[in-house]
Amino acid sequence: MKGLIEKHRSILDFALSSLLRRKAKVFALVTLYTLIIFILGSVLLYASAIRREAGLVLHNSPDIVVQRLIAGRHDLISQKYVSVLSKIRGVASSRLRFWGYYYHPISGANYTILAPHDDPPAAGTVVIGNGVSRSLLVRSGDMLPLKTSRGDIILFSVAGILPAESEMVSSDLIVMAEQDIKNLFEFPAGYGTDIVLVVPNEKERVTVAQKAAQLLPDVRPILKEEILRTYDAIFSWRSSLVMVLIAGAFLAFMIFAWDRSLDLSAEEKREIGILKAIGWETSDVLVMEFWKGAVISLFSFLSGILLAYVHVFFFSAVLFGPILRGWSVLYPAFPLTPFIDGTEMATLFFLAVVPYSVVVIIPTWRAATVDPDSVMR
Amino acid sequence: MVIIGVQSLLAVSLLFISGSWVKQDRPRLDRNGIMVKQLELTDLCLFTEARYTRHISQADLFSPFQDHPLSLEHFPSGSFVGPPLALKDYLAGRNRMTKDDRGLLP
Repeated sequence: MKGLIEKHRSILDFALSSLLRRKAKVFALVTLYTLIIFILGSVLLYASAIRREAGLVLHNSPDIVVQRLIAGRHDLISQKYVSVLSKIRGVASSRLRFWGYYYHPISGANYTILAPHDDPPAAGTVVIGNGVSRSLLVRSGDMLPLKTSRGDIILFSVAGILPAESEMVSSDLIVMAEQDIKNLFEFPAGYGTDIVLVVPNEKERVTVAQKAAQLLPDVRPILKEEILRTYDAIFSWRSSLVMVLIAGAFLAFMIFAWDRSLDLSAEEKREIGILKAIGWETSDVLVMEFWKGAVISLFSFLSGILLAYVHVFFFSAVLFGPILRGWSVLYPAFPLTPFIDGTEMATLFFLAVVPYSVVVIIPTWRAATVDPDSVMR
Repeated sequence: MVIIGVQSLLAVSLLFISGSWVKQDRPRLDRNGIMVKQLELTDLCLFTEARYTRHISQADLFSPFQDHPLSLEHFPSGSFVGPPLALKDYLAGRNRMTKDDRGLLP
């Protein structure tokens, strides 16, 4: 056993010195490899951090939200529906929820305006998210003019700004009293945006939702579990588009690596020939190439992942900013908590390290099985 | 090899750092959870450019194609998020419900 370890150590020493003799080639390879792992790792770390954070925070979402759909689109819902839904067994309470979107033509941003049921701001005042404050340059105590559906302007006094640490859930919020939102959007009397049902027993929620859909065929109930499931799937359903693109880049890299290995330089062929001539077995040469591949891929994997970690958690994934921002004016700035998905990292490790280590062996095997004399000539 | 060893050590130490970081961030997450409960929020504020990406879980299938018939979805963030899973289940479930769940009616 000791002899075997010693043998591998010697081969590894030789492999490393061989790599150091071709600094430029190895540097180019490692840089490209690290970059690909960095991008893949950043996507995986970012997505898993958001998924976990969403799971923890949205666990407090309403038990069931009931929307009314007309022609497949979300529409205002009547108070009459509340009384129908409140009669379903298992529903502790049901009430209208008032919220909507407000496009601010000057800043060009979309805001979410809502009126909470519990502890709303005083009439005529609003509490705004940090993103709203940033985009409108409005601070606590300032006046915020908002245009009603009739075209009138209502001036609201900014009573406070929601904490910056909550930007992930509150960046674009303008919170106001129920009567104020009704005046602003001119909600018809007895209508709200949707209905919130409180169903304390988790096991009853599906049944309650089914009953709601049967009693009121034009409504769509959304369970808390479904909200959580939607966020569990975020960046994974159509983000597969992104992953396909990155996988394409990864495949291109593999082809590049394969191509570079296929075309062993004269010097590399001569080296293999000399090794064979001085008594190295073909298997020893292959082991040496395996170690070279393993060292390059392991070094690149670790560099890529470490850089990705720093990028996502220390610099808030700054390079993804323009992609995530899209065309939105208001871009929430939030810190991410480093929830790391071990399975994803292990998958990335095996996908990154093992194929490369294997792919470089085959061309070497072809060179190593040729007569040393002809290789050296 | 020394460099790889140092990198490995760094990677392992980052795992430990992540652990304590998560612990340290827990009160912030709890406070955000309380805000979600108090304001009855349903979604994270990730993409504010379109309503179906601002409230991902509340979206319908038509919003992304709302401009005109045969309109293509054109907001960039639509490439990162899909339609709410609940909506697919709901549409599939409604068809099943009419015959299977009549007994649930009060």
